[in-house]
Amino acid sequence: MIKTLVKRLWLVPVALVAWELITRAVDDPFMPRPTVIVARMYEMWFSGPLILTDEAVDNFAPSIIRLVGSWGVAVALGIALGVAIGRTAWLSDYIDPLVEFARAVPPPVMFPVFLVLFTMGTQVQVATIVFGIIWPILLNSIDGARNVDRLQIETATVFGVPASLRLVRIILPAASPKIFAGLRLSVSLALILMIVSELKGATDGIGYLLASASDRSDMPALWGGVVVLGVLGYVLNTLFLMVERRMLTWHRGARRTA
Amino acid sequence: MTAATTLTRGGRSTLARARVGKLIRHAIGVAVFLLVWELASRTGLVEWLPPASTCLARVIGLAFDPEYLADLGSTLLAAVIGLPLAILLAVPVGLLLGTVPVVEEMTRAIVEFLRPIPSVALIPLALFLFQPDINAKVALIVYAASWPILINTLYGVRDVDPLAAETLRSFSFGSAAVVWRVSLPSAAPFIFTGIRLAASITLILAISVEYVVGGAGGIGAFLIQASTALDDSAMVDVIAVLVWSGAIGLIVNTLLLRAERRLFKWRDA
Repeated sequence: MIKTLVKRLWLVPVALVAWELITRAVDDPFMPRPTVIVARMYEMWFSGPLILTDEAVDNFAPSIIRLVGSWGVAVALGIALGVAIGRTAWLSDYIDPLVEFARAVPPPVMFPVFLVLFTMGTQVQVATIVFGIIWPILLNSIDGARNVDRLQIETATVFGVPASLRLVRIILPAASPKIFAGLRLSVSLALILMIVSELKGATDGIGYLLASASDRSDMPALWGGVVVLGVLGYVLNTLFLMVERRMLTWHRGARRTA
Repeated sequence: MTAATTLTRGGRSTLARARVGKLIRHAIGVAVFLLVWELASRTGLVEWLPPASTCLARVIGLAFDPEYLADLGSTLLAAVIGLPLAILLAVPVGLLLGTVPVVEEMTRAIVEFLRPIPSVALIPLALFLFQPDINAKVALIVYAASWPILINTLYGVRDVDPLAAETLRSFSFGSAAVVWRVSLPSAAPFIFTGIRLAASITLILAISVEYVVGGAGGIGAFLIQASTALDDSAMVDVIAVLVWSGAIGLIVNTLLLRAERRLFKWRDA
């Protein structure tokens, strides 16, 4: 166990030491030493009474709440609409080009639409995230719900299984591998849009911390913000993969025996 | 293709008719959407929404707007420089990591730490490190676009038929020849998929950088500029650019998808 960990991770400390040595040698104000970055992060964000300082709580919390909240809204909307559209066979030809087009719009372009529509702040950010990430979820849900095995549904119908139960027990599980593929894309996209929407004209959030550090040319704080966002990205991704593995175990098992 | 040519005359015309029917339904869908949009706006049902006809007129107007064309050129230029650089960087690294397991195992932890860093988080940093702004834009595009290409190359190389590689080796081809003649061709479809994914990322990054820089040109700067207008023209401009960028995204993706199908037809057979 320990041996494999050492084998896998030995390059990480080596890379960190190399980074420290190189930045010491170069002595470029834009490339602060990692020790300086960590010290600055501790002083700014992690030296509070309950580890986190006020600055950290006031900026990390709104970011994460907006991110998770908007993601939840987009997931609920995307799956509900997607399954409804996917199960309505005649609709697909009419709606396909519109959905394909909407997906092709680079998500950050949504941001100014909401800048015009709302006053700056949470509304803009939430709307940008929701409308930016809903398309992969929607498209995959449509695709997944459309390609459910007909035999299974017809069998269930013949045996008088009510529609609501057919949805929960047959359609959603059959579509879930596809849906999860869309969800995985949406997680990283949500993080990207959260940052973009906070870099410009926000008053709080991790993106705002980055922007203000950049205004002050505070390089250690700027690098520190990148580290925090990297950790956030890592944690979100890992959590998502855990949930996905748990929800889709049956799928992989079924595929293996098939 | 072979299936289509062996079809009888009647079969082919049914196929063609089905395709025309589908196209017609596509067109009806789009027309209904535009009509609802136009009505919702004209009747005042959705107050902030300018009518579809006004927006579409502006979409065409933008094609003759030198200021917009310059901004569009600036965005596309960064993408056109950045994507090939990302390919040149990521494909060799992916081949190396894919063919030499020791290197892959060594660097896996580093890769796993770097990959989740959202590339847009690096925007302010890149603006300090790379000047002028176009360099920062290209650097970020290269960084962000490299990941999907690298990962796909890695998967592609792992998927190589070991029998083919062993056969070549047993005829005493060197490992460079094995990579060149077996790994690269058989990983090529994966690599191409990675490039297609990367192409959409280049636009996301370019536009995001332009938001933050503001004055440096590009579609992003144009959008921010447009959104600050106080009259109704703000929404018309923003929607028109949105339609443009969607169309560009769609065209690029369709072209790459077509190229992918054509180039790797041998793979499906």
